[in-house]
Amino acid sequence: MSEPLLVRLGRIDRRWIFLAMALSIIVPMLLKVRFPEIPQPMARATFEAIERVPEGSRVLIAFDYDPASQGELQPMANAIVHHCASRGHKMVFMTLWPFGGPLAERTIDDILLAYHPGYKYGIDYAELGFQPGNEGVVKLMSTNIPKQFPTDKRGTPLAQVPLLADLADTTGFKLVVSISAGYPGAKEWVQYANGPAPEAFTFVSGTTGVQAAQLLPYYPAQMEGMLLAVKGAAEYETIVEEKYPPPQHPERIGDGRVRMGPQLVAHVLMIVLIVLGNLSMAAGRTRGGMR
Amino acid sequence: MLQRTIPIAILSISGIVLVLAYFSPFTQSWGEQAVDWFNIIAGIAYILGGGNLLRVNLEKISAQRPGWAYAAITVAAFVAMLGFGLLKLGAVPSEKYPDVHFAGDYESNSAPYGWMYWNVISPLGATMFAMLAFYVASAAFRAFRAKNLESVLLLGTAFIVLLSATAAGAYLTGWIPADSAVGFMRAERLRTMITEVVQTAGMRAIGIGIAIGVVALSVRLILGIDRSYLSKDGGAA
Repeated sequence: MSEPLLVRLGRIDRRWIFLAMALSIIVPMLLKVRFPEIPQPMARATFEAIERVPEGSRVLIAFDYDPASQGELQPMANAIVHHCASRGHKMVFMTLWPFGGPLAERTIDDILLAYHPGYKYGIDYAELGFQPGNEGVVKLMSTNIPKQFPTDKRGTPLAQVPLLADLADTTGFKLVVSISAGYPGAKEWVQYANGPAPEAFTFVSGTTGVQAAQLLPYYPAQMEGMLLAVKGAAEYETIVEEKYPPPQHPERIGDGRVRMGPQLVAHVLMIVLIVLGNLSMAAGRTRGGMR
Repeated sequence: MLQRTIPIAILSISGIVLVLAYFSPFTQSWGEQAVDWFNIIAGIAYILGGGNLLRVNLEKISAQRPGWAYAAITVAAFVAMLGFGLLKLGAVPSEKYPDVHFAGDYESNSAPYGWMYWNVISPLGATMFAMLAFYVASAAFRAFRAKNLESVLLLGTAFIVLLSATAAGAYLTGWIPADSAVGFMRAERLRTMITEVVQTAGMRAIGIGIAIGVVALSVRLILGIDRSYLSKDGGAA
């Protein structure tokens, strides 16, 4: 007697599963499937935390990730930079990850300077670049930034960069944002910079889905806003775009929502696969019992 | 004797200084100095790491052990990126100091380092990360089985989180009135409950446990009671 289809399904070649997953990503990407995002409280909290910071404040944005997490974190980085620039904030960029520097550079070119061409280096924005030391960098910045970064990324002494000249420590910022893919990242910023001076600045983060569990205990007391993965980015983009529509290249502040299409189909596929796997197991058991 | 005493002294002094610096502004500069040294040592670790990478892979190539071709690619990529980065080969001249070679921008897409970053490292990193989706899908099909109550709970949680992490959750449960008695059944509310209540409670418990463990271990290290970091036999001469 031939085996029922469901039982045979349990032994399916996994390459078919790979193919199904590939199609579930590629087809919605090609069709540019987009779904409306309803912003949830966490994305709203992040937006409002940045809104509460007085216009034109000096803010620190740490690109604590590398190209591997770019797909998940770049959309929120774009939206955060556009949001901060729309509020007229003076931005200082840095990274705790060796490969984070060029990601910050590209965001400056594609978003900051493309949308807000009035921004001038040294006056409206500056780059500190990368320094090795992980949490040691954050720790030293919390008490003495010139000791940790004697020069900016371009090699100019901090005293000669107008935006950084009077910067003593992290309390010199009104807002600190860490876009973080793991260690070192948002957790270290909370523990070593925000912890000793919780009232000095607002802290928000954007994070990958896998790191979210680690950071949730800090929200909302120590971390006033938190964007969780692409979903969080898509919701945040929706709010930012509504209040501050980009002057050109609107797709650059829409990457999160574009990526939610394939994510929806892939998640539904995962659920279907889990259900099929369980049905196959149940069918196999029933058949075994009948024998 | 010195092999044990000096590292223990360095660790104890650094530990005590950092604790004091946190609580007393008078010792803050000592703490900064200790952290600055730490960061310099972390920088040196990159040199050690690079040296080790070269040693391991060059040994593999010279012995022609299985996979030596991959080791050759690793060494070639390492040397190329190091050269392009350190020597700033092909860097775009600086606007301010066009005659100073080392003032050039080596991360620009038109410089070799930047080109390699955007056209090799970036897509390779994204590819490695994206491959997880395929393995997770296959594992979900084969291993995610509702065999007992715990696994049924885990499955239910996974379904809620998977659906609510997309617009599908809102579509499926959006018809439930948010302010009704069953409003908590909406996907986004269920997800919030899972992440901000259940998951956060668990993570806080783990976090507090780890923190207490770290404090206890730090005290043992500072006092020289725990010497396991020195060598396998606790630094015994």
